[in-house]
Amino acid sequence: MELDLTKSLYHSMLLIRRSEERILEEMMKGNLASTMCHVSIGQEAVAAGVCSAMQPQDYLTSTHRGHGHFIARGGGLSRMMAELFGKETGYCKGRGGSMHITDVSIGHLGANGIVGGHLGIATGAALWTSLNKSDAVTVCFFGEGAVNEGITHESINMAALWKLPVIFVVENNHYAMSLAWERSTPQLSFTERARAYGIPGVDVDGQDVLAVREVALEAIERARRGEGPTLIGAHTYRFLGHSRADPSKYRPAEEEERERARDPLTIMRAKVGAEMISDQDVEAYEQQVKEVLDAAVKFAEDSPLAQPSTLFEDIYA
Amino acid sequence: MSVMMYRDALRRALYEEMKADPRVFVLGEDVGAYGGAYAVTKGLSAEFGTERVRDTPMSEAMIVGAAVGAAMVGGRPVAEIMYVDFITLAMDQIVNQAAKIHYMFGGQIKVPCVIRTQQGTGRGAGAQHSQSLESWFIHTPGLKVVAPATPADAYGLLRASIQDDNPVIFLEHKGLYAVKDEVPDEPYVTPIGVADVKREGSDVTLITYSRMLHVALDAAKQLAEQNVSVEVIDLRSLLPLDMDTVLRSVAKTRRAVVLHEAVLTGGLGGELSARINEALFSELLAPVQRVTAPDVPLPANVTLEKYLVPNAEQVKKAIEKTLESKQKVH
Repeated sequence: MELDLTKSLYHSMLLIRRSEERILEEMMKGNLASTMCHVSIGQEAVAAGVCSAMQPQDYLTSTHRGHGHFIARGGGLSRMMAELFGKETGYCKGRGGSMHITDVSIGHLGANGIVGGHLGIATGAALWTSLNKSDAVTVCFFGEGAVNEGITHESINMAALWKLPVIFVVENNHYAMSLAWERSTPQLSFTERARAYGIPGVDVDGQDVLAVREVALEAIERARRGEGPTLIGAHTYRFLGHSRADPSKYRPAEEEERERARDPLTIMRAKVGAEMISDQDVEAYEQQVKEVLDAAVKFAEDSPLAQPSTLFEDIYA
Repeated sequence: MSVMMYRDALRRALYEEMKADPRVFVLGEDVGAYGGAYAVTKGLSAEFGTERVRDTPMSEAMIVGAAVGAAMVGGRPVAEIMYVDFITLAMDQIVNQAAKIHYMFGGQIKVPCVIRTQQGTGRGAGAQHSQSLESWFIHTPGLKVVAPATPADAYGLLRASIQDDNPVIFLEHKGLYAVKDEVPDEPYVTPIGVADVKREGSDVTLITYSRMLHVALDAAKQLAEQNVSVEVIDLRSLLPLDMDTVLRSVAKTRRAVVLHEAVLTGGLGGELSARINEALFSELLAPVQRVTAPDVPLPANVTLEKYLVPNAEQVKKAIEKTLESKQKVH
């Protein structure tokens, strides 16, 4: 579907939303090969906004809650669904599942299951592109839970010290499993936090895809000019529990209601107006997304299961 | 042939690899102008510049993380962790990241990086600067682990490790840096996963690696004077293990002793003993013996430390025990 930028941002968020809803549906049907699956419903604007600001040569690293980053970066839904179904046609040959979804051909360096573990990878990738005089920028998505991991400090410090082309995007969905952001750190501002490293820090409404895109564009271009990293705190909300097993009873009902009302899809339509994204547009996107997802699920269903005989492959390169 | 110190042989390997391949770069604490805590990288930053031989902040997790990330997108980094004891701070990057990325992502990404570090006793460096931690790494599929004992192998294995497409944990020994021996002048690689029979013998196989090789050779020499013929195997690579060489030797001698500086419990001695028993139980004339450090943290005291480091006397006793065993010959 050929769309202009504004429309494509909306489409990207819708595609993430419907894909994750479909993933949950397939999970309930028992079609997923792994019990590990974390959806980002409610957080789509961060992935869509940031990825829209990236160039083809850029890299990204992602988290256990990574479907959104993967889809926004242009990852294929059929092979993604096949991966979740544990099929040999999946991107990771059915070994990675939801938590490790990756397509290196689009500069995706992996969804990582260790909170904070990939900040080292992102900074290392930026170190190499910097040494190698490439103009690629690496975007590192992580949740606010990772902010308190030791390697986060080490990574941001090193990236700032050497002015590496890496963007640190904190997807602050306000809960690290059950722990509220306010109960995990006394410094809630990313602008302030970045000052300690001598780099720009921006706090942005993570439900506003256009605002996210704007700060990401500025940060990425700054990094591309060799001026170093930016810390972006995108304030968003996880509409559902941490995982399927989590009814999220630790969150006040009124907070959930208030935050769910701040749906990035609704916010965007209100912001750009019906003349930019009409009801007919949305209807057409919904139809197209449904077709893509039906085809992806069919591809996954029709693909052969990953075979035990492949278990001993790829342990070493 | 030139006589060369272990540390100089390592430096030569780094130098030649950096000359040959612009993707190779070095990073770690004090590796630049200072030349490394054990002087392995001395002079390299003057030759290759401070970007390619890069001093890092004291951030072990990030040193390894940087190596892993750089390797994933085309670099061939050689990271130095000053003491293996400090690698505890980087275990996620090694165990969950470097070792898993190729497999977990379905073979899409390679992680060709070398993590050089040094371990072992000999300097009274204490509980946090003297450990031998190889078992932690051999317990992790996806890594390769090497531990050279001689200057020639230090050179050849470092070249092989840098050329390898997998993450390699390169375990040097602080007590070996000043050891001198012959190194061929022509460039070569020592293949990973191939053990070396250092001394041929017929009565018992003594299997070891790293600095304990020299203790093993000393014990073997002393026993030769008592007409005991000891075959000494230097494993050189700990993951993968060259079991062909080990089993071929033990099938011949029918007795085996494993010697290492790491503590007993969970050590490589147990693994080797189990594999020898599984393959050759009915051939063995005696139970496999282990000579290792006891399960004790190391004191910062050279005199006390010596009581915890295996020596030639202990090795000789273990060998004598295998020779005295009354196990029936089938």
